[in-house]
Amino acid sequence: MAEFTRAESAGGRAFGRVIVYGLLVLVAIYYLMPLIVMLTTSVKSLEEIRAGNLVALPTSITFDAWSKAWGTACTGADCSGLKGNFWASMNFVLPAVVISTLIGAFNGYVLTLWRFKGSDALFTIMLVGCFIPFQVVLLPMAQTLGWLGLANTTPGLVFVHVVYGLAFTTLFFRNFYVSVPEEMVKAARIDGADFFTIFWRIILPLSPPIIVVCVIWQFTQIWNDFLFGVVFSGGERQPITVALNNLVNTSTGVKEYNVDMAAAIIAALPTLFVYVVAGKYFVRGLTAGSVKG
Amino acid sequence: MDDAAPMPRRSALDSLEAALPKIVLGPSLLVSLIFVYGFIAWTAILSFTKSRMLPNYEFVGLYQYVTLFENERWWVALKNLCVFGGLFIFSCLAVGLILAILLDQKIRAEGWLRSIYLYPMALSFIVTGTAWKWILNPGLGVERVVQQLGFPGFTFDWLVNPQMSIYAVVIAGAWQSSGFVMALFLAGLRGIDDSIIKAAQVDGASMPRIYWSIIIPTLRPVFFSAVMILAHIAIKSFDLVMALTGGGPGFSSDLPATFMYAFGFTRNQVGLGAASAMMMLATVVAVIVPLMYSEVRRHRRG
Repeated sequence: MAEFTRAESAGGRAFGRVIVYGLLVLVAIYYLMPLIVMLTTSVKSLEEIRAGNLVALPTSITFDAWSKAWGTACTGADCSGLKGNFWASMNFVLPAVVISTLIGAFNGYVLTLWRFKGSDALFTIMLVGCFIPFQVVLLPMAQTLGWLGLANTTPGLVFVHVVYGLAFTTLFFRNFYVSVPEEMVKAARIDGADFFTIFWRIILPLSPPIIVVCVIWQFTQIWNDFLFGVVFSGGERQPITVALNNLVNTSTGVKEYNVDMAAAIIAALPTLFVYVVAGKYFVRGLTAGSVKG
Repeated sequence: MDDAAPMPRRSALDSLEAALPKIVLGPSLLVSLIFVYGFIAWTAILSFTKSRMLPNYEFVGLYQYVTLFENERWWVALKNLCVFGGLFIFSCLAVGLILAILLDQKIRAEGWLRSIYLYPMALSFIVTGTAWKWILNPGLGVERVVQQLGFPGFTFDWLVNPQMSIYAVVIAGAWQSSGFVMALFLAGLRGIDDSIIKAAQVDGASMPRIYWSIIIPTLRPVFFSAVMILAHIAIKSFDLVMALTGGGPGFSSDLPATFMYAFGFTRNQVGLGAASAMMMLATVVAVIVPLMYSEVRRHRRG
């Protein structure tokens, strides 16, 4: 689009380009720095960390910190690393993502192609769930999970994440299906197709892009969640974010920065992987609610 | 008789079919009514009771709110929210806008740079906090790097300095979220009609002037979305503080969210925790409703 330098002399233009590229690269280095520091620190020995320099490259590479973070690092009396928490996270994140996406898809389908009197108002009512600070539901939810016998359980976390993810997944699918022509559904109905047949045969085949966006969004949100995890889970079933925080902030004795960094990268790997593989869809999810709304 | 028999069955099926959309949407609506609206009401009720370790439905009026606003720690949390929120929103907007404008100069490798600016958004605030806690480590972190560069007297102790700890949270928060604002602005810039700019150039306007008086004003809706999202992130900020400073030293970097967690869950002051949660909700409403209102009104007029 517009360029700063268009109207200026050739020399000025080249100079301007150098400044622009220089700034962009400097900022890129700044953004990458924490990740690089985490990586290099995680493969240094503790002696090297104490004697050396944060940004210096490691003189020798060791993966001891990684195996310790995964398998034997201690939080209090528990010395089993993060591996249990990693799988515990997978255990509740995957069902929560699948269920909330599925329900969101049906809700979006109803709210756009099977609208009834008052359905728009119902959508607005549900949308409020996107805006509340979750602190305002924590205390009642803690008590309710206790009553249901779901406190500190994996199904309990799945339940909480589905309940508070629905507003977002519904919003995603609703905004996507809004551009599907209603005539398509009407024609299919005249041909005798019912609610589920139309969804299955016509709507679902159109949906892969929004399913990917929604799944990535939900996966990132739920995997990275700390608030629900720290309030509604206990012991070995704690999500990895909670375990990481405990490891870094409550460990006694010698502070093992290399283990902390390895643990942090382990906690970040699944979402980073998703970002690298499907960054385009990740960004689309980020901007979907905001640009439209 | 024979003909009439299937009729009612069919119409029953038809009416089931007609009710199906409502049946499908029903559970979600019910969930929303109970777990969002119902729970907000429940929290509101708790905030008017004597509840301490367990909910206790003996009503005490505004007692918890009075206690809340007499609590020094709550005032620190509120002040920190203003400082953190203000600086966090401002720096994300500034960095995001500048990056977007720079990236919009027909840059080679734009995709790569964009991915680098945005990857922090894929990280958990706990991971971000852990990383910055190490980088800002007094003694082994940035402080030592600068000292070794030849400034032996350099100190950088924000994490352990009660006066500065909240600014450390701003650094990490802005690092995580500014790339996202860049993406919003870049999308906005790409949506601007080129011909307006060409016309201004023909009139002899300089590029900085075109940006300042034409392009940036047309990005107003993007500013609106960005401020709304960032304010929301700031008010809810919890994980980042927990990982980076734990609210400390002391409670110098507490935010309302960490206050609510401390009193509602670890200090067994359920009533006070509920009152602070209601104040958080009120803050979100106070920020978002006027913003939305002004934007909707502009839309109607424009």
